[in-house]
Amino acid sequence: MEAQALQLVQSVLAYIGLWDLLGGFIVPAWHTIWTVLKIIAIIVPIMLGVAYYTLAERKVLGFMQVRPGPNRVGYWGLLQPIADGLKLLLKEVIIPTNSNKFLFLIAPVLSLAPALAAWAVIPFDDGLILADVNAGLLYLLAMTSLGVYGVIIAGWASNSKYAFLGALRSAAQIVSYELAMGFALVCVLLAAQSMNFGEIVRGQQGGYGMFGWYFIPLFPMFVVYFIAGVAETNRAPFDLAEDEAAIVAGFHTEYSGMGFALFFLAEYANMILITALTVVMFMGGWLNPFHGWGVLGELTDNVPGLFWMLGKMFVFMYLFLWFRATFPRYRYDQLMRLGWKVFIPLTLVWVVVVATWMQTPYWLW
Amino acid sequence: MNFETMLFYFFASVTVLAALRVITARNPLHAVLFLVLAFVSSAGIWLLLEAEFLAIALVLVYVGAVMVLFLFVVMMLDINIEQLRKGFWQWLPLGALLAGLIVVQMVWVLGADEISAGSTVVKHAADYSNTKELGRLIYTDYVYPFEIAAVLLLLAMVAAIALTLRRRRDTKRQDIGKQLKVRKQDRVRIVSVPSARQIEAVQEAAATTNGHTAD
Repeated sequence: MEAQALQLVQSVLAYIGLWDLLGGFIVPAWHTIWTVLKIIAIIVPIMLGVAYYTLAERKVLGFMQVRPGPNRVGYWGLLQPIADGLKLLLKEVIIPTNSNKFLFLIAPVLSLAPALAAWAVIPFDDGLILADVNAGLLYLLAMTSLGVYGVIIAGWASNSKYAFLGALRSAAQIVSYELAMGFALVCVLLAAQSMNFGEIVRGQQGGYGMFGWYFIPLFPMFVVYFIAGVAETNRAPFDLAEDEAAIVAGFHTEYSGMGFALFFLAEYANMILITALTVVMFMGGWLNPFHGWGVLGELTDNVPGLFWMLGKMFVFMYLFLWFRATFPRYRYDQLMRLGWKVFIPLTLVWVVVVATWMQTPYWLW
Repeated sequence: MNFETMLFYFFASVTVLAALRVITARNPLHAVLFLVLAFVSSAGIWLLLEAEFLAIALVLVYVGAVMVLFLFVVMMLDINIEQLRKGFWQWLPLGALLAGLIVVQMVWVLGADEISAGSTVVKHAADYSNTKELGRLIYTDYVYPFEIAAVLLLLAMVAAIALTLRRRRDTKRQDIGKQLKVRKQDRVRIVSVPSARQIEAVQEAAATTNGHTAD
């Protein structure tokens, strides 16, 4: 595909008569250009997805609370995210007095960069992946664990008590839930016998459609992973880092304009990432859920994998919003108790259960 | 000089500079962040060595967990920088001596031949998995040292918990189990309180029986 794209570029440029001028620069650098193009092809849909996810969130919350949600800007409020983005872009960036200016400005970047970098190893379809690395799962764990730095540094550099309290809460929360998340992932890599995401999805392929997916043998881990994912992204009901009733807006209290927008983008990009990961590891990624189910399977086997992948992701993205509309916020000690005293023992036991189960002939996956 | 060598020198110089700044930074929080930078750039060097498991584990464990806790603690401390820097020149010779000793030991262990320019890293095929090789070595050739290390870590963990675990009688902690077991009858008592008019009537009756008039 890389070579064909180069040919296409060559024919287009030759048609306008620029190939003789530019060809000498394009051909040696083509691999880099091609990779950059692929990165853009991932980042732009994510950014658009984030923008419209915020609209979807406000609409869904609105409908659940029997009100229309945003409906003034464009038809059904469809231009609302664009208007919000423009507004934030034009707002003044206020730097608090006695704050650490450099760290204050770099914190939003530190929180967005890992959220985007993690997408490099997510397969969207069979072979549709930016970096098909063997240690993909580990890379992903490392990237998601880096996101906490943005929050902590923002809280400290703001020179504000509310921001600082929010940062402390967030740090403790993310470190606690990362352990449970890590153990849930250990179960997945035990079951798939690989840390490559493509291999993990192929491991869920079988003749029985969705019965081959890992959410069946690893059901407790699936639940733990998704709940820990909600906690890891600081979303309701675990959004204690920005508990508006107690600490104003938590770690981003002092941020205005684009600084705030970057935190916002990072939060939603992380949410979409968690849904993508849940789908890839427990819900069969791009696989057809009805494969091998008689007529239904034959009818749906030609649907492209990207459709299944995105469709499953939308279900989980909706769950995030549903949680927010349904559950009241956790108390902090309850949050810590759930992480340390419920999830970690449960995941530890399930690692042993899966490892033993796989040694018996009753392992069907 | 090819691209890989350039990358190596970049990562190496960042590591060294960041490590220097760790001990020279005035603000302890900056020192911690420079240490993070040093870890990340040494992970980059390991990636160049095709040791991707070690590199990612370094970022995951040290940067993602250990340093977050470090930062957590340092942020909450009220550190007097003057106090910290007091004995710097006094202890510098001892520190330099120790550093020199470590360098000598490292050279000794690795051997001068290994460090000389002639040595090259063996390149592996694309399907070579560093993780798999590491796992195979740890669980076959080095299984006993590995198990001993694991038991030691477990011991340290149990000891740390045992040292910090103490029951304090004066703190009010919530027992979730008890909270969940509470029923309405335990907390709420329905009493029928007489209304205001009834109270007045009762008071009047009391006043007339006692022989006083209510004014």
